Amino acid sequence: TLAERANLAGVRHILLVLSGKGGVGKSTLSTELALALRHAGKRVGILDVDLCGPSIPRMLRVQDSAVHQCDSGWVPVFVGQDKAIALMSIGFLLERPDDAVVWRGPKKNALIKQFVTDVAWGELDFLIVDTPPGTSDEHISTVEALRPYQLLGAVLVTTPQ
Amino acid sequence: AELRARLRAVRHTVLVLSGKGGVGKSTFSALLAHGLAADETKQVALLDIDICGPSIPKIMGLEGEQVHQSGSGWSPVYVEENLGVMSVGFLLSSPDDAVIWRGPKKNGLIKQFLRDVDWGEVDYLIVDTPPGTSDEHLSIVQYLSATHIDGAVIVTTPQEVSLQDVRKEINFCHKVKLPIIGVVENMSGFVCPKCKNESQIFPPTTGGAEKMCQNLSVSLLGKVPLDPQIGKSCDRGQSFLAEAPESPATLSYRNIIQRIQEYCEQHHLQEEKIM
Repeated sequence: TLAERANLAGVRHILLVLSGKGGVGKSTLSTELALALRHAGKRVGILDVDLCGPSIPRMLRVQDSAVHQCDSGWVPVFVGQDKAIALMSIGFLLERPDDAVVWRGPKKNALIKQFVTDVAWGELDFLIVDTPPGTSDEHISTVEALRPYQLLGAVLVTTPQ
Repeated sequence: AELRARLRAVRHTVLVLSGKGGVGKSTFSALLAHGLAADETKQVALLDIDICGPSIPKIMGLEGEQVHQSGSGWSPVYVEENLGVMSVGFLLSSPDDAVIWRGPKKNGLIKQFLRDVDWGEVDYLIVDTPPGTSDEHLSIVQYLSATHIDGAVIVTTPQEVSLQDVRKEINFCHKVKLPIIGVVENMSGFVCPKCKNESQIFPPTTGGAEKMCQNLSVSLLGKVPLDPQIGKSCDRGQSFLAEAPESPATLSYRNIIQRIQEYCEQHHLQEEKIM
């Protein structure tokens, strides 16, 4: 739909951060990459699609933030020193941070689709998408939902062993 | 009904969970299995339901093994006479094949593992899980309700980024009424082999697992220090406990394994009393 296209239309490059293995530093890298790009003067957004273990809000000290909607969709939380990095994470939708998101695939897929198309990102040079470990629902849904847009590629993170 | 029949011969079932990835669930599951199987009178089974990232075959030195079918079902792959292993890793034609499945297909395979694997009589069934709180976790708890699960061992590392995911896992256990045997804190400190100084590689900025366990009234089974030999042993498919018997990490693991054993035995006695 026109509205769906509009939300990502202003995003120049979309970058996925993947691994397969958990605990190798995807979220850490996503955060540092966003901060570094911002430092270099770019307009940056982060989309955290790790529904079971969303780490990005804490890493940017906004774990207690809430999100709200505007006419074009969800308004991201603005983080970083100059509050110029746009962040969306399911972490913001949890009533209590210790609540487990115990969802099966289909429900996760529906939320990811919404996250991808319903966030009012505005004009961004880079949108960094942080993913959970594995090669499952979240990954399939995210790639499918992003396919019509400017998907630059994936950065893969590992550790030596 | 088939599941119930298959699992009837399993005395104790322990789930190894986290919520956070890369904290050492598979490493711990493997060492728990080795530790329990050291008693040759015990029959141990290790089931790896991490379908996207099955680490158990490599850690147990069983890469490249295939699963055989017989009249009585799928045969687990045996590391020792009394230690059998099953993992989706054994079903892949190449170790680099990605298993890109959505939830329902993963659930189907997990059910099949439980229904069709011929474990025989088992004293301890250990189930290694992927990170998260999703299909695999819901399914394994659901399917194993046909037998009884002694409880879950939850693995974490000391930093808050891990603990925040682990608290969710603890809540998951409460939600599905899965007893928690206790929490293991991995990568808890590093002692330099040269200067013997201790460093906190993953500083427990919010009190580590100890504080979390106190706050949530859950048992802390033990803390295991970082030892580079652990990663090496896993890569080489050898038991770290056997390769580095003098390591402080080995001592920690052994104590934790003993506590888990005691918990299971006590449980059994209580059940027998009730019956």
